[in-house]
Amino acid sequence: MADFLQSIGYHGWVLPALLAIPTLGAVLVWLHGFMQRDTSEDAVAAGAMTARRLTFAILMLEFLVSIGLWWSFDVNSAGWQAAVDWPWIDSWGARFSLGIDGLSLMMVLLTTFLMPLAVLGGWTSVRHKVHTYHVLLLLLTVGVLGVFVAKDLFLFYVMWEVMLIPMYFIVGVWGGERRIYASIKFFIYTMVGSLLMLVAIVYLGWQAGILEGRPNFAYDAIMNLPEFRPIVSFWLFVAFFLAFAVKVPMFPFHTWLPDAHVEAPTAGSVILAGILLKLGTYGFLRLAVPLFPGIALHPTVRAVIIALAVIGVIYGSLVALVQPDFKKLVAYSSVAHLGMVMLGIFALTPESVQGALMVMIGHGVSTGALFFLIGMIYERKHSRIIADYGGIAKVVPVYATLLTIVALSSIGLPGTNGFIGEFLVMLGSFKTVPGMTTISALGVILAAAYLLWALQRILYNPLDKPENKHLTDLNWREIGLMAPLIFMILWMGVYPKPVLRRMEASVQKFVQTVEAKAAQQSVTITMGGGR
Amino acid sequence: MMVPEALALSAVLFTIGVIGVLTRRNAIVIFMCVELMLNAVNLSFVAFSRLYGATGQVFVVFVMTVAAAEAAVGLAIIISIFRHRQTVDLKNINILKG
Amino acid sequence: MLLLQEAAAAGAHPLSGSVAEWIWLVPVFPLIGFLVNGWLSLSSVAKIGPKDPTAHHAHHGHETQGHGDAHGHDDHHHPAAHKHAKLVSIIGPAVLWASFGLSVSIFFALSGAHAEAPFVKTLFSWMPAGTLSVDAAFQVDQLSMVMTLVITGVGSLIHVFSVGYMREDPGYPRYFAYLNLFVFFMLLLVLGANYPILFVGWEGVGLCSYLLIGFWFSEKANADAGKKAFIVNRIGDFGFLVALFLLYANLGSLDFSGVNAGATQLSPVVVTAICLFMFLGCAGKSAQLPLYVWLPDAMAGPTPVSALIHAATMVTAGVYLIARSSILFSLSPVASLTVALVGALTAIFAATIGLKQWDIKKVLAYSTVSQLGYMFVAVGVGAYAAGVFHLVTHAFFKALLFLGSGAVIYAMHQAYHHTGNHDDAQDMRNMGGLRKFMPITFGLMWIATLAIAGIPPFAGFFSKDEILGSVYARAHGSTLADASLLGIPGSVLLYAIWAIGLVSALLTAIYMTRMMLYTFHGGNRSGEKERTHLHEAPWIMTGPLVVLGALSVAGGWLNLPNFFPAGPVQALHHWLEPVTGEAALRITHGAEAHLELATEYMLVGIAIAIAVVGIAFAVTRLRTETLVPKAQSPESEGFERVLEHKYYVDEAYDKVVVQPLVGVSRSVLWKGMDAGIIDGLVVNGSAYLARGIGWLGARLQSGQVSTYAWVLVIGVLGVLGAFTLR
Repeated sequence: MADFLQSIGYHGWVLPALLAIPTLGAVLVWLHGFMQRDTSEDAVAAGAMTARRLTFAILMLEFLVSIGLWWSFDVNSAGWQAAVDWPWIDSWGARFSLGIDGLSLMMVLLTTFLMPLAVLGGWTSVRHKVHTYHVLLLLLTVGVLGVFVAKDLFLFYVMWEVMLIPMYFIVGVWGGERRIYASIKFFIYTMVGSLLMLVAIVYLGWQAGILEGRPNFAYDAIMNLPEFRPIVSFWLFVAFFLAFAVKVPMFPFHTWLPDAHVEAPTAGSVILAGILLKLGTYGFLRLAVPLFPGIALHPTVRAVIIALAVIGVIYGSLVALVQPDFKKLVAYSSVAHLGMVMLGIFALTPESVQGALMVMIGHGVSTGALFFLIGMIYERKHSRIIADYGGIAKVVPVYATLLTIVALSSIGLPGTNGFIGEFLVMLGSFKTVPGMTTISALGVILAAAYLLWALQRILYNPLDKPENKHLTDLNWREIGLMAPLIFMILWMGVYPKPVLRRMEASVQKFVQTVEAKAAQQSVTITMGGGR
Repeated sequence: MMVPEALALSAVLFTIGVIGVLTRRNAIVIFMCVELMLNAVNLSFVAFSRLYGATGQVFVVFVMTVAAAEAAVGLAIIISIFRHRQTVDLKNINILKG
Repeated sequence: MLLLQEAAAAGAHPLSGSVAEWIWLVPVFPLIGFLVNGWLSLSSVAKIGPKDPTAHHAHHGHETQGHGDAHGHDDHHHPAAHKHAKLVSIIGPAVLWASFGLSVSIFFALSGAHAEAPFVKTLFSWMPAGTLSVDAAFQVDQLSMVMTLVITGVGSLIHVFSVGYMREDPGYPRYFAYLNLFVFFMLLLVLGANYPILFVGWEGVGLCSYLLIGFWFSEKANADAGKKAFIVNRIGDFGFLVALFLLYANLGSLDFSGVNAGATQLSPVVVTAICLFMFLGCAGKSAQLPLYVWLPDAMAGPTPVSALIHAATMVTAGVYLIARSSILFSLSPVASLTVALVGALTAIFAATIGLKQWDIKKVLAYSTVSQLGYMFVAVGVGAYAAGVFHLVTHAFFKALLFLGSGAVIYAMHQAYHHTGNHDDAQDMRNMGGLRKFMPITFGLMWIATLAIAGIPPFAGFFSKDEILGSVYARAHGSTLADASLLGIPGSVLLYAIWAIGLVSALLTAIYMTRMMLYTFHGGNRSGEKERTHLHEAPWIMTGPLVVLGALSVAGGWLNLPNFFPAGPVQALHHWLEPVTGEAALRITHGAEAHLELATEYMLVGIAIAIAVVGIAFAVTRLRTETLVPKAQSPESEGFERVLEHKYYVDEAYDKVVVQPLVGVSRSVLWKGMDAGIIDGLVVNGSAYLARGIGWLGARLQSGQVSTYAWVLVIGVLGVLGAFTLR
């Protein structure tokens, strides 16, 4: 496989192709909608179906193109792979430069894996402005992938914003009752963080290009910048931290998440939880920590961030426990899971960082699957309130089986993907921050409590609501949509080695460089007496 | 050459105009006062043209033209407001209120 | 590199190339059973939904066909058997027989090889990350094979019993799927060659326990019980996890071999911490104080499940874990004493509750908790072989008791079913005099009762006596006796534990006799019409009972004491020596713990006397004639009432832990912090601030042209004034 891919020069074009396919696809779907003049109901329905099929086909193509990376990726190399570097806006020093490494490979694959499923998830539930919806989904794909593969900070920022806008519309137009409130909250929260990041990026760009008299946004150039005065690094770090912490979301920047999750349509929730949240933690891995290791590893800063992460784990779980709305419950559980990721990143051992990446992937798959399942039952009953169900396992056995498997993976049962990530994070983190890790391990108990309680109130107990007796079980489309997710859940739980191996080299490099740089800088920091 | 006297008269006329604009409520009267202020300015232009050349007189022609156009449009607006509201008292016209 | 070394080490092992290479098949058989039965179950109930599931399409009245109605306790009998019932009845038990057969042959290979070191079969690398390397590997050694034989042996008997017991249940294939899955995970637990694999099994059996307790999930109490079991177990798992983290942080390895090799280098504080955290895990899984509360509730599951999971196998996993980690525990006298003390307290605590229970399964449940306490006493005092011995004999007689009670409930239920009676088929007040109707079950259950009460020569006598003897011996001289816990000298504690053990033995004899009397003796209280329908269970159910009865009689021969050389003496003890010998010797100062023969006779005498006194007390003092059916029974008073309500522990946990947690989460964290402070004050607060500033600005726009003109003029004058005055 690898040889074949090499023979077609796969690495030379794959990343631009991954951005180009959905872009062109978006134009295509838009044109299809634009050309449609016949407004009779049947014609509109037929057009909508074409839009769904077209988008699905485009995203499947995208997935097929991206899957080659699995084999072509060199597991022993920690550097950039499949890199391209084209001129873009010369006068600003911004280049169109892409590449992946072990940190981003799985994120890219996760995105291309989830996106076609997201289209299937909205197959029957999105019924108006169908073309626009799918155009936005495709643009969202471009933005997300762009962030993951950008090797240029300016491009990174542009993509960061590109992905924000389609999401804003998806929540705001196709969302639930309080969609306007939720989408504006989401937008402003994210914007506040990302504008600060823009300032920091521009500053860094100017610093890197100071000799050429114009900015230079290349990632590698910025990484090689000599260190700044501690106070400067500190504020730059704060700017990045805010942007990413909102996205993660870390406690206490998380309150946009439950609202956005609850109001978003199924595909929106899946993408939000499955992919968008990972952009925050990815940002920490890619930018905030390696650029300012002296600050990130400064004992006080580190302690505060780890404390926030652990608070997130416990707090998210406790609040999830009392949610009457299943979607909100899952949203708060995301806060807990992502807290675990942050703990892993800032504990900074190879095990914990690999674990953090595994949690990112695992959470993407299993929380994505949970949102799909919630969406499916919502389509049938139009209620997300847990108390409206009860005992439906008898009526919808397939649904019940799948929901149980997915919930168990979210609980972190060994044999599912959830366990591998959490176990590695805690095992690794215990070496550097034993106390905090022990507290976060309490989340293990709470996760079981909130999910099993919800599961009981939905699937088990007496079937006492007559209207629930007529619920229909999943259809083949829905089963087909869940099958790959279930497969991933079990596969990554039983045999995660291939995934772990692909991230190992980059994680090692990440941990080593950050530790080395931090050690170097901490000397100067103590000498400077500043932060 | 009577330039100071002309300027003094211009100042007096202008002040009368300003006070009129500020104190009266009737749109027509205010409009007239604005005209008065314009003409006071015209007077000082003419007076200054004695000292600095003909440019001032050219400006006077411009101002008069604009004032005429403005009078036409302004009066038309006032009439249409009157038709709409049966009054041209500015107290009642506050649609710019925030 | 490490892998290569291990491979080389394994290559030199006497078992390599033998049948032990196939050890991985032992758990795989039940897994196959799970997959097949699971598929049969799901495919037979699944009804694929319509293409467009949106609600308004779905209301075309699909009459859902019953996959059963709401079930009560063991209230599960349904006229029509499942359409795959025949196939399932074959596959379900057959995979267990296959595993059992293979285990037996591996067992003989092992006993023939005289292997001192464990044989490790590595399948693949599971979790390589950083310096961590965890393999999917199975370990064949003396301990794991004993456990495997118990699990597959007793397991297959219970599977056969289940065929009779559950055959008419509409969820029959699902039941066997879960049961097979349970055996798979249980085998993973005992066969895993490192702690993470053990943990997979550990959590997996918890999952199956959850699924099986809540098997009749339409009853809220059953679903509650399943959830409770899982969550309480998770509290224990938290401890287990922290113990693993401590091990990894200090030793860099999670393999049994790596941990055992490095254990002696650990500082005493770390070892104690590891052991105590690990014991928290054991307390959860094996239902010890204070985490025992889930086990009695777990009786909500079908009775064979109670026999397999909640008596014979899963709940003994904690004992297995301590025996497996014996080297660690032997290095920490404090932790060992804690284990023994908690075990003893649990034993007596549960035994007192057992005295006043009316539900036949609840009596057995508290009896199980109590007996597990004994096992922890054994492994706590470093008598690991004795603990495992009691584990094995307990698996025999307690499985027999549970299955026997299952047969009783089955009979009661059938009778009630015929007459349409809705009384409680598990309450002993509704039974009585069943010996006439079920003579085989009656006889077998008496055997098990004598075994658990400690009457020679039944199995329980030997194992319980061995435990009490070991405690007594350790009190005389061991590292434990020299250590102290909470300021109390170890020897005093050990004597106290011994005394508690004796009292618990007395209580055991009493409550078990009470159960037998109320169930089988005296007059029948089930009702005139029902009485005619009472009869023995079919042979597919009584057959396994007979086998277990034989084992309960003969089980003691596994490990005969020195004073009773009716066969190979201390066979199990010697068999387990390669695994637990080193640790046991460390605790006893390097010498085999042998008591004087005279002392031993005295101890045995006391034990037998106590058992006899207990039985005699129950027989003479308990009057079955005064019993009336449940519906007419008055509430008991005073301490009896406290016992009947299990010391109100559940209520206390609810008031002290559950309600505050939920309350705080809801009102303080969610409504207070999230909705109140963060969203209300900060997020929406900043929005209100922006809006307020805008509102003030808007107020300046009066809309009055003259006001604007005034402001303009004042402004111009101000500017002019400023210029002039400058």
